[in-house]
Amino acid sequence: MATQARSAEGSHITGEEGGVRRRDFLNVAAVSFAGVGSVVALMPLFVQMAPSKDVLALATTEVDISKIQPGQGIKTSWRKQPVFVRNLTPKEIAEANAVPLSALRDPQSLGERTKPGHSNWLITLGVCTHLGCVPLGIGEGENKGPYGGYFCPCHGSMYDTAGRIRQGPAPLNLQVPDYKFTSPTTVEIGAKEK
Amino acid sequence: MSFSWAKPYEPKSAFMRWLDQRLPLPRMVYGAVGGGYPVPRNLNYWWNFGFLAGIFLTIQILTGIVLAMHYAATTDGAFTSVNQLIMRDVNAGWLLRYAHMNGASFFFIVIYIHIFRGLYYGSYKAPRELVWMLGMVIYLLMMATAFMGYVLPWGQMSYWGAQVITGFFSAFPLIGEPLRVWLLGGYAPDQAALTRFFSLHYLLPFVIAGVVILHIWALHIPGSGNPTGVDVKDERDTLPFHPFYTAKDGWSSLAFILLYVLVTYFAPNYLGHPDNYIPANPLATPAHIVPEWYFWPFYAILRSFTVDFILPAKLWGVLAMFMSILLMFFLPWIDRSPVRSGSYRPVFKRFFWLLVVDVVILGYVGGAPISPWRTALGQAAAAYYFLHFLVILPLVSAFETPLPLPKSITDSVLHGEEAEAAPAGQKGPRRGSVATAG
Repeated sequence: MATQARSAEGSHITGEEGGVRRRDFLNVAAVSFAGVGSVVALMPLFVQMAPSKDVLALATTEVDISKIQPGQGIKTSWRKQPVFVRNLTPKEIAEANAVPLSALRDPQSLGERTKPGHSNWLITLGVCTHLGCVPLGIGEGENKGPYGGYFCPCHGSMYDTAGRIRQGPAPLNLQVPDYKFTSPTTVEIGAKEK
Repeated sequence: MSFSWAKPYEPKSAFMRWLDQRLPLPRMVYGAVGGGYPVPRNLNYWWNFGFLAGIFLTIQILTGIVLAMHYAATTDGAFTSVNQLIMRDVNAGWLLRYAHMNGASFFFIVIYIHIFRGLYYGSYKAPRELVWMLGMVIYLLMMATAFMGYVLPWGQMSYWGAQVITGFFSAFPLIGEPLRVWLLGGYAPDQAALTRFFSLHYLLPFVIAGVVILHIWALHIPGSGNPTGVDVKDERDTLPFHPFYTAKDGWSSLAFILLYVLVTYFAPNYLGHPDNYIPANPLATPAHIVPEWYFWPFYAILRSFTVDFILPAKLWGVLAMFMSILLMFFLPWIDRSPVRSGSYRPVFKRFFWLLVVDVVILGYVGGAPISPWRTALGQAAAAYYFLHFLVILPLVSAFETPLPLPKSITDSVLHGEEAEAAPAGQKGPRRGSVATAG
């Protein structure tokens, strides 16, 4: 085979007997070039699916929390997702702290889920970590579930007063977004603490 | 196409002869669905649902193209364009929309009957494995198309359906959440998601049509199966597709379409959910969120996993749901029994009907609100579903003693009565000898 190829190529052969021919190099180079080029050409088709800059730009939301009494909460919106801001009562805080961490699916204390000095303010995404429904329990008279926190009507996940998953299919606690207190009565959701 | 006695195409006019030599499209059609395709003579009504599925795909594409002329894929305008413009203002828009809505449901009814026909009669077995697998591809494409179509009116069920179903992807570790955000083009369903769903909802039916052609092509290599599962042996076992099966398919299709028309006119919202007439609200989930009825069995499987076991319960639910369908691709190798038709498999037949009951139970559980006993029922039914395919079916195909098969298709339909095979007025069989059964 090699000798046949060599006789066909005549004087163009530069490699050793059975070695790499110039044609092999050209083939590899051409195919690689076309392959890399095709991948690069497909990139725009891939990145167009990702969130655009205007979606990413809605990064922070300011919330006035001065009117929320203990035991009440509000639902606000950040990056098109619902956010729960809840003013916990001392009883709810005690309930959350009474739970041993070993009994939790996603172990986190209430202290880790709130800001120091503001441990009565529980701010979480209102997005069930199972499949993204909005749990009930933030509004007046809504079903808070057996653990006094939130109850997801879609698939029955139950959260406690610290927004931690206690029962049902959700794997994680309600996510705590980045936020900071810009004043004692205002929080900026999406902003990182310096 | 598949048998030596298939009648070759003969152009009837000079023009058709001219065309046949340049573009033999009429020849292809004649060989595929005309007099040139020999079909077993003993097909029962369960074999009419493939043809019906084709009719419903056509109805969906036609009504869909027209609806797209009036629909606005914007988060502000979608709900109004469907519920005011199309339902009230566009001439006959209400009819087209209801026809499309119920057409989707009836497409699934037809497909489910078609799939269970295949399960009972062993249509997935050699040499038709690829016919079956291409059918499952069509089914998956249908599910994707139906889901994205349901999002388009941008009502409460649309929105939360999109949220939950794209949420499936977030169950996968590491890549899940970025993948979900990438698929949606945002952190929650919004304009980007709606527009891409509309684009894909328009595209996929044509992809389905393409795979349907492959499905039929692969079917026509060995030829259609039949209720006995016995291979075609000679010309007496078959009839030309046209006019015999075009007539039978035509009659049964009209009967079934009558049912579709009755529902479309008199109970157009019976198969839908009233909450989808509430505009999408990203801040409030409906109290009882369910997908469309044709997804209920899978939704029940998804909801059956409530306890973490090595992997999170959420991931188990999503994996089980996907596996319940992917499993079907392996069916030709799970069921090793050489006998195709369930009619000759006494044990298999019983388990087949148990599976039907099981899927109906799953459907009920998936569509009903969550309660402890329903969750337990759903878990039992989901476990049985997998038990059926992974344990029962391999065991049955290994240990079952099938009933004796008929010698041929002709034999099975004539029951040995020679006169039945004879042309009117003659005593003896038409040609040669008809095999007689004991």
